[in-house]
Amino acid sequence: MKKIGTKIYVGLVMLFLYLPILLLIVYSFNDGKTSVWKGFTLKWYVELFNNSAIMSSLYNTILIAVCASVISTILGTAAAIGIYNMKRPLRTIVNNVSNIPIINPEIVTGVSFMLLFAFLGGILNFEMGFGTVLIAHIGFCTPYVVLNVMPKLRQMDNSVYEAARDLGCNSGQAFRKAVLPEIMPGIISGLLMSFTYSLDDFVITYFTRGPKFQTLPIEIYTMLRRRISPTINALSTLLFVTTIVILIVVNVRERRAEKARGEY
Amino acid sequence: MKRTLSIILAATMIAAVGVTLGGCGGGTQEKQEINVFNWGEYISNGEGGTMDVIAEFEKKYNIKVNYTNYESNEEMYNLIKSSNSAYDVIIPSDYMISKLIAEDMLNEINLDNVPNYSNVMDDYKNLPFDTDNKYSVPYSGGVVAMVYNTDMISEKPTSWKVLWDKQYSGNILMFNNSRDAMAIAMQLKGITPDVVTKADVDTATSYLKEQKPLLKRYVMDQVFTEMEGSQAAVAPYYAGDIAMMMENNEKLDYVLPEEGSNRFVDSMCIPKGSKNKELAEKFINYMLEPEVAKANAEYIGYSTPNQKAYDLLDDEMKNNELMYPTQEYLDKCYYFSNLPDDVYNYMQEQFLQVQS
Repeated sequence: MKKIGTKIYVGLVMLFLYLPILLLIVYSFNDGKTSVWKGFTLKWYVELFNNSAIMSSLYNTILIAVCASVISTILGTAAAIGIYNMKRPLRTIVNNVSNIPIINPEIVTGVSFMLLFAFLGGILNFEMGFGTVLIAHIGFCTPYVVLNVMPKLRQMDNSVYEAARDLGCNSGQAFRKAVLPEIMPGIISGLLMSFTYSLDDFVITYFTRGPKFQTLPIEIYTMLRRRISPTINALSTLLFVTTIVILIVVNVRERRAEKARGEY
Repeated sequence: MKRTLSIILAATMIAAVGVTLGGCGGGTQEKQEINVFNWGEYISNGEGGTMDVIAEFEKKYNIKVNYTNYESNEEMYNLIKSSNSAYDVIIPSDYMISKLIAEDMLNEINLDNVPNYSNVMDDYKNLPFDTDNKYSVPYSGGVVAMVYNTDMISEKPTSWKVLWDKQYSGNILMFNNSRDAMAIAMQLKGITPDVVTKADVDTATSYLKEQKPLLKRYVMDQVFTEMEGSQAAVAPYYAGDIAMMMENNEKLDYVLPEEGSNRFVDSMCIPKGSKNKELAEKFINYMLEPEVAKANAEYIGYSTPNQKAYDLLDDEMKNNELMYPTQEYLDKCYYFSNLPDDVYNYMQEQFLQVQS
């Protein structure tokens, strides 16, 4: 009895979570531009790949996400190690300061980036565009990496590093061979987190994009006055399916690796 | 050791910044570029075999177009005002153009470089916000009208009053946009809504408060779902969008209210920051070519101000009174003009109060 109750509950939660996505997928096959069902079609998928505006926005979005997450992971990891090795009062201060971009409302970050770039652009004679969006994204992604790496550093036994040095590693080798593997899970989750944040960021990109650069979230938002093109449904479906496939592959591989190492 | 490492790190960071910014500027020398800033979904983009207007322009003139979008006039205004970005062509609406002119933010357009300007209908020249056609070239327009469901309302309404009719309580939709909603209320109270005062806003506010209990909800683009799904009886909206709704639900019909309504036009302008005024004029001229204007009109679904493009449309569209109302109706219409900031803000506040 209790089990049935649990199943129903879980079922309802799942339904609530996935119904919107399911609807979106269904409507991506709708042969009409609106919520009225007009028959099955694949034309929006064809349109999608012919729509140069959407494709270039998609390309921009992914390019920014990859660049920003990689750079901020490197910066964030270095920062976390630096902060971790600081003395007490300074460490607390720097740590808190580095968290400000996370607490700060996005819109404030966005507007202040725009003001800064507009000001600097006037002096140094550059225009907002790919570069400014990238810098802004690195700016708000890096704290998330610090946030993810820091606990791993705290968990790490400091003597591991010392032992490595004792056994003849120089500081670089000791870092690579002893410290890095210990904090790797934190780095990976920091990377993934900054990638996803960068991928779907709207507010900050919006203010720093300039006249030549547009990402997908902005393109979709500006369709709101008229109506969102069904090609966006098709694109979202493809993105969703890709994510699901990647997740399944990763999970299956992990399961296999666990089996190979002997059952847990 | 540590110190040198941190210096190196800092140096690479600065270098990276330099490279990204430099890389961005480097591309400009090879090919001429213009930056076009338009509403979302407001240009023919090649979907379903239509003309890809931007791509055609790039091919024809070997100019790269950086095409970006905005969602509202106010948003566009703020981005132009507070960033140092150089946009070459923007497409604001009537009242926003008068604001931009008043704040000296637009370049005069040299019509000698826009020979296709002769294609523009006389009706769209010398408009109240730009009486000498110095700053703007019409792109797309229309009127506000009403859409209703013939199953739910048997007799064709004639007046905005139907939006206050208790008979249809719970099935009426209203603009979720202060200027459009207040304008309708003002018209019924005998005020012409082009230039208004705070007292006019008060009158409209109290009338909208009377209407609120009868409403299903305030809508903007949700109006499509509501009306096409026959979930509401009547709504005011933009003519071109109503035509689209009628295609998707044959029970829908339109009304051009006897009081007249708001007429709007979105026009191409060149902001002061533009670095390529001549290219911008070339682009504007291209957009006025009959085939291009026709493709845009068909994709957007609004009325074209371009006579030559109008001539190319099929007869059914040409004779559609909703899209191209009679002169008699148009004479009852009015354009919005720019409101002083304090009146505009007051209107926003009061409308929020109506809704809450």
